[in-house]
Amino acid sequence: MNVIEAKKLSFNIYGKDILREVSFAVDRGEFISIIGPNGAGKSTLVKCLLRIFIGGGGAILIKGKPLESYNQRELAKIISYVPQTGELIPPFTVYEFVLMGRYPYLSPLSSPKKDDHEAVTEALMLTGTDEFAGRELSTLSGGERQKVFIAAALAQGSEIMLLDEPTTFLDPKHQYDILKILRKVNEYGVTIIAVTHDINHAVSFSRRILGIKEGKMVFDGVPEGIMKNETLYELYERSFTFIVHPKTGMPLILPDAE
Amino acid sequence: MKTQVLYKIFILIALFILSVAVLIGVPFIGMTAISINGIFSKTTGSFIFWNIRLPRVLIAFLAGSALAASGAAFQAMFRNPLATPFTLGVAQGAALGASLYLWLGLRFDTFGFSGISFFGFLGAAAAILIVYGLTRLKKGFAIYTILLAGVVVSFFFSSLILFIQYVSDFTQSLYIMRWLMGGLETVGYRSVLDIAPFVLAGNVIIILFANELNLLVIGEDIAVSRGVDLRRTKIVLFLSVSMMVGVVVSVCGPIGFVGLIVPHICRLVIGHDHRYLVPAVIFFGGIFLTFCDMLSRTLIAPAEMPVGIITALLGAPFFIWLLFRK
Repeated sequence: MNVIEAKKLSFNIYGKDILREVSFAVDRGEFISIIGPNGAGKSTLVKCLLRIFIGGGGAILIKGKPLESYNQRELAKIISYVPQTGELIPPFTVYEFVLMGRYPYLSPLSSPKKDDHEAVTEALMLTGTDEFAGRELSTLSGGERQKVFIAAALAQGSEIMLLDEPTTFLDPKHQYDILKILRKVNEYGVTIIAVTHDINHAVSFSRRILGIKEGKMVFDGVPEGIMKNETLYELYERSFTFIVHPKTGMPLILPDAE
Repeated sequence: MKTQVLYKIFILIALFILSVAVLIGVPFIGMTAISINGIFSKTTGSFIFWNIRLPRVLIAFLAGSALAASGAAFQAMFRNPLATPFTLGVAQGAALGASLYLWLGLRFDTFGFSGISFFGFLGAAAAILIVYGLTRLKKGFAIYTILLAGVVVSFFFSSLILFIQYVSDFTQSLYIMRWLMGGLETVGYRSVLDIAPFVLAGNVIIILFANELNLLVIGEDIAVSRGVDLRRTKIVLFLSVSMMVGVVVSVCGPIGFVGLIVPHICRLVIGHDHRYLVPAVIFFGGIFLTFCDMLSRTLIAPAEMPVGIITALLGAPFFIWLLFRK
């Protein structure tokens, strides 16, 4: 069953077309990477799906119903979001922050219930952030903080998670930590859609790749399909070399130096 | 974690007790000494207590809590430590409305409002409409656009106030000038009743939006993705804050600094969680302004200083001390 379906989705900001008739459908339980050059419209696409950006052309269906038919809370129960964090440091402790992921289930003034705390504990365990639950986010490293952001999205209990460059700015160890967490989350049945600049991560961790350039969908298929020079040249306007990792046997995509 | 919550609740209880103590205790302090027995007898002291000092203390408390809570709400909504009803032009709008009322020499009541409150409210609403309108011209309702629009509108309105002062005759001009310095003197409960419903309603609304404010502090995108209805939240908070500020400013004058420093001081003590922060700000804002007003009428007694001078003189060094303490 399609959990997300975009039909000829268009979006412009100040008259500049950011997305041009993008169409795709996402099945339940998929792990999708969205790649493409800077300014291609990847983040905009994600924000349209979350209804952070409104007023685009075309249609978005969430579980078969138009995006507009959901109120924001209902939508939050279905889709969660891990934004580009970078310098974003909320002034809260890890536990407080993750608990805020339960917002769609809280009414004003009501304090969080038992199942809210259970969802938070589970999210903390799954991301390995339970050990610093009591610490302020400002005292964590960028990698630890990114795990907490994922935990907060998990606590939201939604079946789809959208992530915008979850591994950018992180060291290699934390990049892999994050990707392994996402794989685990995906195994629990959560549909993952992640924007990334790392083609190798996209190829080795996701099962489907969407390539976007200048607001248009130029590739939609399995990772094997992207490993062709003409496809990658169309996306990034440069040539790549494909080799096999001598130890892991995983494919590696290297940009050719000039 | 449990201890943190207990600590915050303890602070709130302490602030509540302090608020009650201030409301009861401060009316006893002043030029004329009043004893506890004196307030229940038919004396000048009892008249001063019930008809002059108590209403004044109540107004100070209400105004302080309103300005401080508005500041806290705006700072979260705009994710900017400098956002207050003043930086966004709402207070200047109210001040312009009230100045206009004074200049025109009007004397009337409408819908149970005093005329000056009504004009103040209209001015605040006009400021909000202009700021909101300017941001609507651009897509997306970006935070910086609003802040910038607010600064522009407040300068524009300040100039209009100066213009009104310039064309007013000497007495009116002095009157407007004195009013602009901020003051809480009153006789009887008319002004208290004028502002109380708006302040109470506004504060309750801000408390009800504590969860939304927490998420807005983190970021608008996150807030939306967590399920916050951004448009509704902004409109409700914007309107209730401007109503509250409009009415308070029209009665007390534009008392600056409370909306800026009270939320910051409270944040240093109780943290950023608005479920605790907003009530703390409401209590402490009330206590702070009541205390400042007490100083303004006792320091150079029998003369009085405008309370706006005290809030700034007292608030600035205190704030700097808190900032460098850590």
